[in-house]
Amino acid sequence: MTIEELDQIAESVRAENAKYDHEINVCMGTGCMSQHSDKLKEALAKAVEAQGKNALVRRTGCMGLCAAGPLVLVDPEETLYQHVNASHAEAVAASLGNEPIAELQCDLREHFDQQVHVVLENSGHIDPEKIDDYISREGYRALLTALNDMTPNGVIRQITESGLRGRGGGGYPTGLKWGMVAKASGDVKYVICNGDEGDPGAFMDRSVLESDPQRVVEGMAIAAYAVGASKGYIYVRAEYPLAVNRLTVALRDARRRGLLGNNIGNTPFNFDVEIRLGAGAFVCGEETALISSIEGRRGTPKPRPPYPAVSGLWGRPTLINNVETFANIAPIIRKGGRWFAGMGSDRSKGTKVFALTGKITNTGLVEVPMGIKLREIIEVIGGGVPDGHKFKAVQTGGPSGGCLPAELLDIGVSYDALLKVGSIMGSGGMIVMDDTSCMVNVARFFIEFCMTESCGKCIPCRAGTAQMHTLLTRICDGSGTMEDLDLLVDLCATVKEASLCGLGQTAPNPVLSTLRYFKDEYIEHIVHKRCPAGVCNIKAPVEVLA
Amino acid sequence: MPAFTPPPLPSDDKRWKIVNGTMRKNGFARYALIETLHTVQSAFGYLDDDAITFVARSLRVPLSQAYGVVTFYHYFSLKPPGKHTMTICTGTACYIKGTDKLVAAAEKRLGIPQGQTTKDGQISLMTARCVGACGRAPVVLTDGELMGQMTGEQMLAQLERWAVE
Repeated sequence: MTIEELDQIAESVRAENAKYDHEINVCMGTGCMSQHSDKLKEALAKAVEAQGKNALVRRTGCMGLCAAGPLVLVDPEETLYQHVNASHAEAVAASLGNEPIAELQCDLREHFDQQVHVVLENSGHIDPEKIDDYISREGYRALLTALNDMTPNGVIRQITESGLRGRGGGGYPTGLKWGMVAKASGDVKYVICNGDEGDPGAFMDRSVLESDPQRVVEGMAIAAYAVGASKGYIYVRAEYPLAVNRLTVALRDARRRGLLGNNIGNTPFNFDVEIRLGAGAFVCGEETALISSIEGRRGTPKPRPPYPAVSGLWGRPTLINNVETFANIAPIIRKGGRWFAGMGSDRSKGTKVFALTGKITNTGLVEVPMGIKLREIIEVIGGGVPDGHKFKAVQTGGPSGGCLPAELLDIGVSYDALLKVGSIMGSGGMIVMDDTSCMVNVARFFIEFCMTESCGKCIPCRAGTAQMHTLLTRICDGSGTMEDLDLLVDLCATVKEASLCGLGQTAPNPVLSTLRYFKDEYIEHIVHKRCPAGVCNIKAPVEVLA
Repeated sequence: MPAFTPPPLPSDDKRWKIVNGTMRKNGFARYALIETLHTVQSAFGYLDDDAITFVARSLRVPLSQAYGVVTFYHYFSLKPPGKHTMTICTGTACYIKGTDKLVAAAEKRLGIPQGQTTKDGQISLMTARCVGACGRAPVVLTDGELMGQMTGEQMLAQLERWAVE
């Protein structure tokens, strides 16, 4: 495969698409599929044929606005229809070339206008199971350019210059990590893609893998070339069957096109990727635990150093990056590190994908430049809190993150800013809560999660989270005391300082942040025995009649 | 030392051949343990002692280690599932939208705690740690099919349909 051949494929795809007057893109991500968008696509294809319209009906990945699904985008008019079902198929087909259907039209300019799509540039525009569709949008151009015109060091330089930081939550500079693996001695090295998105309330990785799997494969191949690896693994949750299927198809097609395998792009570079299924353990998102799991063992973390960059999978130097990190690589190589560094804030470059959920009007997936204000994401892009309720908090970073109150909505979203206010960027879950959520109960929910997900290897995490859960349960049911609160703070510090891996070290964050910003709710539970949000089931104290 | 010969298949059930295929594809290497257990679970629906023993012997993994792996990962089940399975997502987004009430309602209707199967083997009630469809919260999976924006009435109606089957 050469760049000229890529151009030919792209040209033939464009020629094929140009035969049609209209393109009807039907979202077939998990969200819309759950509302039978597959049947909708069939119905549309039938209706188009019956009415003799010259239109292409295409399956695409996620369009982002899951709340309004199933979504249909008609090109070239760029008309977006929401809540479409099979019974609308005739009408949609009839509207081609005529006036759009007003009742179905989704007009959310403010939702889309603020977004900048880099990772999601192809989502909703290409068929995720057709490699040629990806190639027609400059796919694999970056890989072949890197192989033919760049040295491995040159690739790492571009990544370093871009300022890209790990999108899995840690925020470690990607270029630095690549450099470490490249410098590590050893002839066998591995590249691992971390798609174990165990963080509840986050679905960025699922969406990217479902909508544009080739992008991740290309990113991994470029990484392998840069660090000198010839074997890669993608670790995906077994709970994401659609993502696993599309990834399997993607790998098969890439091999057929000669973009995986031996002598890629007629160079001496060899690389292939295997899928490994996760089995439902949150701790496997931690890199050393993930490596144990790929080796077929229990997913328990190991103390670092040695870092995986030096001694990882089967003791070999291993590069581990998140799905979204790999998804950023191809555009950086194509457009240059400087282009990427031109977006975002001071020390957080580029864009970030967030999964916007909870009590918010436009739930779904958004991609915004780093540094954007939380308020803009929630009130403008997200459309605010629905049903006349009042915004109370936004939770970022999943069980390792914190809850931020309304006063902090004007901070810009970046790794450092979020850390400063007691939360973390995390993988990108953003859950909005309104006045019907009790913050003590929310803290208990997260601690319960960490308690069940603790692998049990180190005591601070195993025993600490269980004790914290007991204390929080006591406060929730109204039998807590002020001493319990002090003990809770004490425990938080111990678990944070003494735990072995990231799970334990960050487990107290939801408690600490709710204590910091919503202490009055704790006091209300303990002293006045009432739950302001009316969530907790507090038994009223027996009143003694005088 | 004689070459290793994997143990014979436990029975002539064709599904064991699929299981054996996964192990052969990986050259009976120890690291294929989790992959193989996935194959067993998707073929049989759960992992029983015979299956774990067979896989452990075939891959030359100590039985204790195989059992350790099975119990470590939530995805693996040691009990056969009911005829139908209601899985309620308890991820954060679903929790914020009141999934705890769904769980309580289902537990009350079926008379079993989550993670168990009704005595007649008809319905299993499970919870999941986020299925990644948070945009459609609260979410349940009815026999693996994802249903979004679920209400208590809808869920109970589904349970009712299954119960009278």
